[in-house]
Amino acid sequence: MADISTTKVSGSNRLATGWTRSKSTLQRQGPLIALVILVLFGAFRYDNFFSTYNFLTVVSYNTTFGLIALGMTFVMMTGGIDLSVGSLAALCSVVAALASPFGLLAAIGAAALAGLIVGLFNGWVIAWLRIPPFLATLAMLLAARGMALVLAKDATVSVNATSDWAGLSQGILFGIPLPVFLLLAYAIGSIVLNLTRFGRHVLAIGGNEEAARLMGLPVERIKLAVYAISGVLAGLAGALLAGQTFTGSTNEAVGWELTAIAAVVVGGTLLTGGMGSVWGSLVGVLLLGLVFNILDFENGFGFISLGVSWQSVIRGVFLLIVVLVQSRLTRAKKVRLGQEPSGP
Amino acid sequence: MAKLDPATTTVAHRFVLPERLRNFGQTYGGLTALLLIILYDILFRPHFLQVQSLYNDLQEVAPIAIIATGMTLVIATGGIDLSVGSLMAFAGAMAAVIFLSPALSNIPLLGNMLALIIPLIVTGLLGLFNGFLITRFRIQPIIATLVLFIAGRGMALVLSNDKLQDFNNPGFQFIGQGSVLGVPFQVILMIIIVAVFAVIMRITTFGRYVLATGGNEAAARLAGIPVNRVKLAVYTISALLAALAGFIIIAINSSSDATRVGLNGELDAIAAVAVGGTPLTGGQASVPGTLIGALIVYLIGATLVSQNVSFGVAQIIKAAIILLAVYFQRQRKG
Repeated sequence: MADISTTKVSGSNRLATGWTRSKSTLQRQGPLIALVILVLFGAFRYDNFFSTYNFLTVVSYNTTFGLIALGMTFVMMTGGIDLSVGSLAALCSVVAALASPFGLLAAIGAAALAGLIVGLFNGWVIAWLRIPPFLATLAMLLAARGMALVLAKDATVSVNATSDWAGLSQGILFGIPLPVFLLLAYAIGSIVLNLTRFGRHVLAIGGNEEAARLMGLPVERIKLAVYAISGVLAGLAGALLAGQTFTGSTNEAVGWELTAIAAVVVGGTLLTGGMGSVWGSLVGVLLLGLVFNILDFENGFGFISLGVSWQSVIRGVFLLIVVLVQSRLTRAKKVRLGQEPSGP
Repeated sequence: MAKLDPATTTVAHRFVLPERLRNFGQTYGGLTALLLIILYDILFRPHFLQVQSLYNDLQEVAPIAIIATGMTLVIATGGIDLSVGSLMAFAGAMAAVIFLSPALSNIPLLGNMLALIIPLIVTGLLGLFNGFLITRFRIQPIIATLVLFIAGRGMALVLSNDKLQDFNNPGFQFIGQGSVLGVPFQVILMIIIVAVFAVIMRITTFGRYVLATGGNEAAARLAGIPVNRVKLAVYTISALLAALAGFIIIAINSSSDATRVGLNGELDAIAAVAVGGTPLTGGQASVPGTLIGALIVYLIGATLVSQNVSFGVAQIIKAAIILLAVYFQRQRKG
């Protein structure tokens, strides 16, 4: 099968191959190109768009989503899904608020630890009890919010604010802007995925779990690790959430998991696993974030006035366009390689 | 070539239930669990057996059971529908907009007819759109229905102008507050819907097609089963049932709150389906099981809350029971 497809490709003429190549580049870099176009559009159209302030605002606001999407990227590359991250962020925001009397670092550490524990539990249920990720993390979605309510005693927990926390609400942590941390996290994520054995194993499991198992890869442990990573990052996002609102909030972060999944899919990671890009997820997060930012500027012009409700409509339409384009490109590739019949 | 069975090769040390117990769990597990909960309720929950209290419980379950029935069909084809909660809000908001519109508020009968029919048609088309994305563009169901999960609630908010729509419309509210021969209308509706779809799945060609599609799509396609049309149908059915559930909710509340109607409805429905014994992998379905699942999930929550267990703890226990139910169902397949 593989042989046939290779002959087919090499047999086609050079012009076609060139077109194919540019098309596959388009597919891989499509979200980035869209992001650049959106930034250029904003820069030409709005006066204050291309400013450090606006940049920091957009990225700081999206740091929480960015962290969650990074964890989700790893999970989705193994062919799994983690629906618990939104509730988990809420739980960890409560943990951070409860730990805040011991200082900012302790609060962040406690939130990350809580995320790690929940993530490990998710991984254990999925890898050893063999419960499908969708259901295992769906149950955790309910349970984490329940635990948040229990910990917070059904009330809102105020952050015992020190001067450090005040910086966090403006997007600065230990004197360093949040976007720097976000970029660092993605750089580490990218290195782990592309340059370490663990990263290769993650992709191998997502590509073909059975084959990976037969090759002797520790499938269970790798799954445990990706859900633990996702949990820790959700925990950190929870700490940031507590920093933004000065409260441990039990009913915030609802639906974040699906926003994160949308961003990861926009970034080019397949839900079926085995393929994906860490940086793509960051691009996906920024794209979705920038759509809102541009809408805010457009509303500021006064020509149109689109409320919050329109934003989710636009977000949905945007996701639709991206998946449609991706499906066309992916399918064209599959048809060309003879993996899928071109007929109906 | 011998097939290496991962269940036996790598996890032989795993705790496995004796086979007979497993088979029992497979056939009667859900029902047994439900009976145990009911027994507990009879013994420890005051007024549980009183007609009014029973009806209250059933009224609460009805919307979940109705969307879970549609979800059962979708899951039986190997898909999933995340959009149902948002579609509930959308249909509810649209119905309220129609019967509250100045032109129609003077002719309530026509207004109510249109308020039922138009949202049903539009929501049905949205379900068709879900199916279209999945069949024509081969987008995975989770992602395809994620689009309307996000956009659907936004559309509901846009329709209702971000406002809570209060109303007093006895004709329309019959759906959620009326009763026939003393039985609440939505309970009758739920029983009819579950019964009809249980029969459809058991004896009709369409039911067989749904299972074949989920069991082995390629084989079903080769066998000449119109796989694409089957999928279009199940997503449309799921959306139509979501619209009905949306009507019920706004009728009970006497208001349409687009931010809250059907929130997490998709998750409740999936939980009910999973607890009811329909595997997420497709190819099998039990509509009566889903009703049992919906009752279990709801009654656990209600029982715990009536015993003064806090909502948070109740959520944790609910989650644990969903996990356990799915775990025991997996055992029987291995």
